[in-house]
Amino acid sequence: MDGETASLAVTLALYVGIPAGILFIGWLAGHLSETKHERSLAAREDALKDIEATDMRNPPGFAGAQGPCVLVSGEAVVASDAFKSWVFGLKNIVGGESKTFTRLFERARREALLRMKERAVELGCDAICNVRFDCADIGGNAAGSKKKGSNMAVALVSGTAWRRPVA
Amino acid sequence: MTIVNTETIPGKAVVAVKGLVQGNTVRAKNIGRDIAAGFKNMVGGELRGYTELLTESRREAIARMIAQAEALGANAVVNVRFSTSAITSGASEMMAYGTAVVVE
Repeated sequence: MDGETASLAVTLALYVGIPAGILFIGWLAGHLSETKHERSLAAREDALKDIEATDMRNPPGFAGAQGPCVLVSGEAVVASDAFKSWVFGLKNIVGGESKTFTRLFERARREALLRMKERAVELGCDAICNVRFDCADIGGNAAGSKKKGSNMAVALVSGTAWRRPVA
Repeated sequence: MTIVNTETIPGKAVVAVKGLVQGNTVRAKNIGRDIAAGFKNMVGGELRGYTELLTESRREAIARMIAQAEALGANAVVNVRFSTSAITSGASEMMAYGTAVVVE
């Protein structure tokens, strides 16, 4: 192998090998944490399924609420990984739904909703009404910003926790 | 102080409206947390530092809103709403607003 081929091999390794390695590590770690998170979400959602969450302002029975009504909220910020961000970059060229990012935002919202429900349970409540979802830009990707931010799903949710009257 | 995001509080009658109250805060995490978040963006997973940032911001904004309501002589804030805006990467503005009322 002469010097030129060797330097070409080194250049290839640097420009292809490192990004490919980062993508692979990103895919592996991202996939593992995503499946683990979704399993944990499913289990906790099942445990909290009796907590009635609604976005109605005045749900049936609210006027007869037992005990105090308290404002509760939940937050979650979930990061994308190198692989998901790369796939999204490609998707952004051809257009269409990004299933990977749809899934990422769904995870963040479910997590935020669960945390809010957990707070309601801590306060001795069994229902939440007037649920509102919100978003925030922490990654710095707001429309109009010139700098490329990082990809993350931010979910905010708030509602009024109350206790249903005994039937 | 009763804080709810509904217009009414069950079992309590609103006797006086004291007006709109609000509280806001702009918070950021230290650069160490931002760098850690940058790494986390490679492998995925929850950004706990930023989740904490939002929880703290929310608490602070609500506390400031309550202070305004107390200054107006109210004992409850109803119809609370949250609003956020983008400042720059790693920081956020959180605003809480609602109507200060006196309930019986």
